[in-house]
Amino acid sequence: MEIKKIILSFIVLFTALSYIVKLYSIQIVESKYKLSADNNAHRYVTQYPARGTIFDRNGEMLVFNQNVYDLKVIPKRLSAFDTLKLCELTGISKSKLIDILNIKQSRYKTITILKQIPSEQYAVLQEYLYRFPDFYIETRSVRVYPKPIAAHLLGYIGEVNEKGLEQDKYYRMGDFTGITGIEKSYEKELRGKKGVKIYLVDVHNSIQGKYKNGKYDTVAIAGHNLISSIDAKLQEYGEQLMQNKLGGIVAIEPATGEILSFVSSPSYDPNLFVGRKLSKNYNKVANREYRPLYNRALKSQQPPGSTFKPVAALIAMQEGVIDANTVMNVNGYNTGTHIVNDHISGAVNLQMSIQYSSNAYYCHVLKRTLNDEKFNSIDEAYSNWKQHLHSFGLGVKLGTDIAYESKGLIYPASYFDKYYGKGHWNHNTIISLSIGQGELGFTTLQLANMTATIANKGYFITPHIIKKITGKKIDPKYKHKRYTKIKEEHFYPIIDAMEKVVYAGTARRAFIPHISICGKTGTAQNPHGDDHSIFIAFAPKYRPKIAIAVYIENGGYGSTWAAPIASLMIEKYLTDSVTRHKLETKILEGDLISDKK
Amino acid sequence: MINKGIILKIDWLTVFIYLLLVLFGWVNIYSSVYNEEHKSIFDISQRYGKQLLWIIIAFAIIIFIFLTDSYIISSLSYFIYGITILMLILVFFLGEATHGSHSWFKIGDFKIQPAEFAKFALALAVSKYMNKENFELMDLRNFATVTAFILLPFLLILLQGDAGSALVFIVFILVLYREGLPFMFLFILFLTIIFFILPFKFELYGIFLFFTAISILFFLLISKKYKETLKIFLIFIGINLIGIAVLLFNVAEIPFHLIISVSTIIASIIAIFYSLKKRINSALIIAVILISSVFYVYSVDFLFDKLGSHQQKRILVFLDIIQDTKEAGYNINQSKIAIGSGGLTGKGFLKGTQTKYNFVPEQETDYIYCTVGEEWGFVGSVSVILIFTLLIFRIVFLAEKQRSTFGRIYGYSTAAILFFHYGINIAMTINLAPSIGIPLPFFSYGGSSLIAFTILLFIFLKIDTSRNEIL
Repeated sequence: MEIKKIILSFIVLFTALSYIVKLYSIQIVESKYKLSADNNAHRYVTQYPARGTIFDRNGEMLVFNQNVYDLKVIPKRLSAFDTLKLCELTGISKSKLIDILNIKQSRYKTITILKQIPSEQYAVLQEYLYRFPDFYIETRSVRVYPKPIAAHLLGYIGEVNEKGLEQDKYYRMGDFTGITGIEKSYEKELRGKKGVKIYLVDVHNSIQGKYKNGKYDTVAIAGHNLISSIDAKLQEYGEQLMQNKLGGIVAIEPATGEILSFVSSPSYDPNLFVGRKLSKNYNKVANREYRPLYNRALKSQQPPGSTFKPVAALIAMQEGVIDANTVMNVNGYNTGTHIVNDHISGAVNLQMSIQYSSNAYYCHVLKRTLNDEKFNSIDEAYSNWKQHLHSFGLGVKLGTDIAYESKGLIYPASYFDKYYGKGHWNHNTIISLSIGQGELGFTTLQLANMTATIANKGYFITPHIIKKITGKKIDPKYKHKRYTKIKEEHFYPIIDAMEKVVYAGTARRAFIPHISICGKTGTAQNPHGDDHSIFIAFAPKYRPKIAIAVYIENGGYGSTWAAPIASLMIEKYLTDSVTRHKLETKILEGDLISDKK
Repeated sequence: MINKGIILKIDWLTVFIYLLLVLFGWVNIYSSVYNEEHKSIFDISQRYGKQLLWIIIAFAIIIFIFLTDSYIISSLSYFIYGITILMLILVFFLGEATHGSHSWFKIGDFKIQPAEFAKFALALAVSKYMNKENFELMDLRNFATVTAFILLPFLLILLQGDAGSALVFIVFILVLYREGLPFMFLFILFLTIIFFILPFKFELYGIFLFFTAISILFFLLISKKYKETLKIFLIFIGINLIGIAVLLFNVAEIPFHLIISVSTIIASIIAIFYSLKKRINSALIIAVILISSVFYVYSVDFLFDKLGSHQQKRILVFLDIIQDTKEAGYNINQSKIAIGSGGLTGKGFLKGTQTKYNFVPEQETDYIYCTVGEEWGFVGSVSVILIFTLLIFRIVFLAEKQRSTFGRIYGYSTAAILFFHYGINIAMTINLAPSIGIPLPFFSYGGSSLIAFTILLFIFLKIDTSRNEIL
């Protein structure tokens, strides 16, 4: 009998003990169940902050956010409703609505009935929403561009890619980030800070309440607003002038380095890349003729042509190989193998060399510069010359706040050593550099900055497009003056000569009564087609307010297209109106793309 | 009538444990189906309100039981058993079908499950039948009758499709063991379960080899005939070698387990003859069990096929053969998450996220222990186990004190039924047993189960008040 009782007791006790051991293991030892329970029951809902607004320099909005509304429903929760009225309000046909509601997926999963309802339509819908208690609205925001301008500058936003996800832990799959332009370079300022709301959800993933009454919720912080240095009116005007032309315009306020206008043509309407439209339109726009997505003014490296001459002269003066009074007798320039043609011949002084754009004069200038006895070799002289150019922001990345700028092209001496053999090249080998041809390539931005440097008589401030960030200081480098090694005194004769260019030189078409414009034309030979038409200018001569570079690909002479465009831009900016309607019409109607075909 | 005498005779410790379980159960039901809009635990529209109603009815029944005479209970035993059997039959024709089983009577809003009442009815009948002077259980007629008593409701409930409730009756083997059933029966039950599980986990030949080895060892220990044991062992090895040779020379394709099992059977048969000759009964039994085991193991597949597909899945989930957290394994997975996430002291009353948001289905009924585990943690879960263990020991202790066999057997039956229910219910929530849908006594939501368990327990307490009488 006793043994039976012991066995029975053992069975009962063994059962209890094994349960306690098992409970100890799952409740105390293992933590995975706790995690599973949390995952089951918590839903983290990200609160997206409003992306910062971008204004132009006069407070006009360039891009802002607009709320759009998604109408949603969970089919399982849906009770009978006035189908007809809803169809009327949303503009969806009844059969389509039924199709949407009968989509094959979990009845507990949210269905979007209508996406991105604009606010006007939403206002009407909202009034009647009380009659559809099972439906709800989710607000999202999209970028809106009041004027279809400055697409390249502003850039666009899109879903962050895998690389972005890896690099910055801030992002989650499906988040938006700036892809190009300001949206990219000021992403950190614009995006703000996401918040999170933690909800408790039931087995059907529907929300049951807030986790700990929202104790651990965080609020989304809106992004900073940006004030751009762009003048929207000037920008718009520039884009109009550039219609049907390839190239770019960059205008800078010399005293501050602020970019007033930045046109790359062809361009596109930034509204095409908003929200869901991005994926739909991207390839269409990208594949358009002449690649409108390509920011020519920022990336295209083109020979500066004769617009390079003022800088060549300045370097030579600084190095002491010429002075303001240097006169040369020119009649073309013989390199030994071929003759460089010239527009004028005879005795040419420095001022005339710029005013009439003498090629031979600058061949001699380069010859003198590279054979300067201060230096032990042509390599050294060339390197010094190259350093001077870098100090003008040429051939280096300027460090502007528009993403993906090009560096420009100036080959190092070692390149020629390698190409021709050390000691086997001289000034004549690379004589085309003297007139801004050959192994030189600058972006329109670099040309504009070079012009601003001349206007400032020896320094520039890194050109930038954002002048102010609300609630935050801009990068101090956009206040810092970067000096060239050229003494201020050397600039006066050059600037005087540039004034003559417009007043009585190669760019008389750019002349505006009452405004003293200093400019320089350039015509860059293009082995692939018509010459490029180039013009740089600043105005007014005293206390310059605008420095501009215009680059018209295949536009012929600098004076034909680039100079008048620059001139109209200057007039527009300085006087806020254009008086030369005939010229304006001619430019606006000028079609350099279709004509070529 | 209730008089001072009877109040003094009531075992208040058991009553106290009962109240503790019922009230803690009620609180957990409240938490399981808590509804923000009906915060009051007394709200009759909610299950917690309804459970309170059942508790009050249970209390009324308790008073009624204490008012009746123990003798009347004893003498009505067969009648009650008969009525219950009748109900179990009627439920086929008049019952409501829920969850695939046809086991509920619907009267107005209330549903009654006769299977719940069959337990105490059977306890009464068995106790009554065995309540004879010099009752010898192992007498063939007696044994057959008792078995019939048990099998009748078992089969009826099984036919209703409620395998879980039917399995409860197996626990009477413990009562019978106390009353003279040889240990061998418990052992065979144990082997039946083991051999059912093993083929899922191990190779057949491994199982056979292991048990043959153990059996030969036992045979040796019991018979103490070293020479004979060696002979049998050599025969076993010899047949194996022949089989292996056949395999090696590619004479025929025979599965390896078949070689082992055939040699096991032949060796066992020789052992049986030997045991019969030498009259070594225990060795004989070992050999018989071994042979039966071999056949049983081969039939597991067949038996398993006889089960319903969801029962099969539950078993496979339990044995960790299918990892399915979506369908068949959903309950058990969520249940483990609920209990496991409770930690040491739990998430607190009404704070269980698994519980509150309905991750565990049937949580207020069969899976009520999840709420305990999640909201009251290790401390709460272990407390419930300890309280049940204490209750079972207390009932056994009281049962042993009964002067009448009727009282003792009924007491053991009560303890056994509670043990099985609590044991299996908790085991399934922590995946120590396959999911068998039976309630946790006094805890789970449901009138039938609460009232049936209350009657079961309090009939015993009533009998216990007259423990010195012969019923």
